Amino acid sequence: MLEPSTTTIPSSSPSNQSAWLACVVVIVALQVFIPGHAEAAEKVHRKVAVADPYLEMHTGAGRGYPIFHVVDRGESVEILMQRTTWYLVRAENGTEGWVDQAQMELTLRPDGSPVEFEEADREDFTDARWEAGLLAGDFGGANIISLYGSYSINPSVSLELWGSQILGNFSNGWLGSVNVVHETWPDWRVSPFFTLGAGMIRTEPKSTIIQGEDRTDQVGHVGAGLRVYATRRFLFRVEYKSYVVFTSRDDNEEVEEWKAGFAFFFR
Amino acid sequence: MESRFRVLFPVVAAFALSGCAATKDLFGFGPEEAPPPSAEPPGQVIDPEVERREVSEPAIDREDFEVGAFVGMMSLEDFGSDVVYGVRFAYHVTEGLFVETTIGQTEAGLTSFEVLSGGARIIEDDERTFTYYNLNLGYNILPGEIFVGEGRAYNANLYLIAGLGSTRFAGDDRFTVNFGAGVRFLLTDSIALHVDFRDHLYDSDLLGEEKTTHNFEGHLGVTVFF
Repeated sequence: MLEPSTTTIPSSSPSNQSAWLACVVVIVALQVFIPGHAEAAEKVHRKVAVADPYLEMHTGAGRGYPIFHVVDRGESVEILMQRTTWYLVRAENGTEGWVDQAQMELTLRPDGSPVEFEEADREDFTDARWEAGLLAGDFGGANIISLYGSYSINPSVSLELWGSQILGNFSNGWLGSVNVVHETWPDWRVSPFFTLGAGMIRTEPKSTIIQGEDRTDQVGHVGAGLRVYATRRFLFRVEYKSYVVFTSRDDNEEVEEWKAGFAFFFR
Repeated sequence: MESRFRVLFPVVAAFALSGCAATKDLFGFGPEEAPPPSAEPPGQVIDPEVERREVSEPAIDREDFEVGAFVGMMSLEDFGSDVVYGVRFAYHVTEGLFVETTIGQTEAGLTSFEVLSGGARIIEDDERTFTYYNLNLGYNILPGEIFVGEGRAYNANLYLIAGLGSTRFAGDDRFTVNFGAGVRFLLTDSIALHVDFRDHLYDSDLLGEEKTTHNFEGHLGVTVFF
């Protein structure tokens, strides 16, 4: 006789979870307080020359922070760091401040050519290889939270890997699936797509309400949706999927799903 | 009459044509003079082969991610307050917009019923750990400076967050919505302190009927940009 498998789930023990969390907290705290981790070595930074009449330095990386220093035309600055569309630069006299991208684009490289910064745009929305996002919505009356990652084979066809948590009144569950997505007009700002996929669903009925066993079933689905370019590497996504759950009972279950969310793309 | 016209017309026409011929050089319509042929064939005076300066540009260090930990107090509806601790991870999309995920944990105390009744328990002791995760959108709504004393100014940001996730408590996972506000206080350009207040809402039927519970959390955190 085999031992019951329910005793071998390690992650459900709360003491393990708290120990794990404490570990992460300690590691992160150590990262913060280890001295000198930022200045490990004298790094070589990219240098640009100011071509506009002046370059305005803000105290922080945002429009709300005041301008406290101005670098004149002809002087050069070192780029220490970038955060979103702001650049932390160091002037020749050692002053450090944040400059926004619009001003940085008016500077010159050491060879005299204008500076160009890599920035995601509409073209990348069509051509980018990688995409990751978060969607939430309704899965046959239950709430669903989904994360996905996508790899584009070409601008029209991509492969997606999905992981979802289903939170319902009568049962909870997990859903993992692999999709093929076809975008008919990938260069449109609002780009419609069709999807086809298969996966596994794990259903855990709530013991207080329904007497039932946890079960794992195969699922297949078809769907359609829209990807909408928002800004930079950011997009919105809405979709509908129709699932067929291949249960071990006589009838297959059909579940309809609506989701909306956002995603990022990377080259 | 007609004969006079016959004479006048050719005269006027001839005059006009000759006038055009006389003035056309003035306006530059005349035949262009070919430049005198150069004595020597055009030879290479200067070698135009300029060596391009190879400029290798070091990559710019991007610091759009933020990771850290927090500790604070969390008040669970009906189950008292206890210490909450957890981790936070954020990605800054623009100077205003960011996405964030938090994972936190606290312990539930006893309800008033459990205290008054003596030994009775609504949930088992090993199910009293309250764990949540959230996926949030945030917006830096009020950027500015905070002044400490006379000579020091620190950058700060008041932000709002809202999002959804899941709560595991009393042997059940519940869909959870959370929203709140916080202040990010930048000690340096890469290290920040956070003060956060959030409300976690989820439906619970632990005390008989289904109701939406409010679970307030206040915490202090530290994060590093990378």
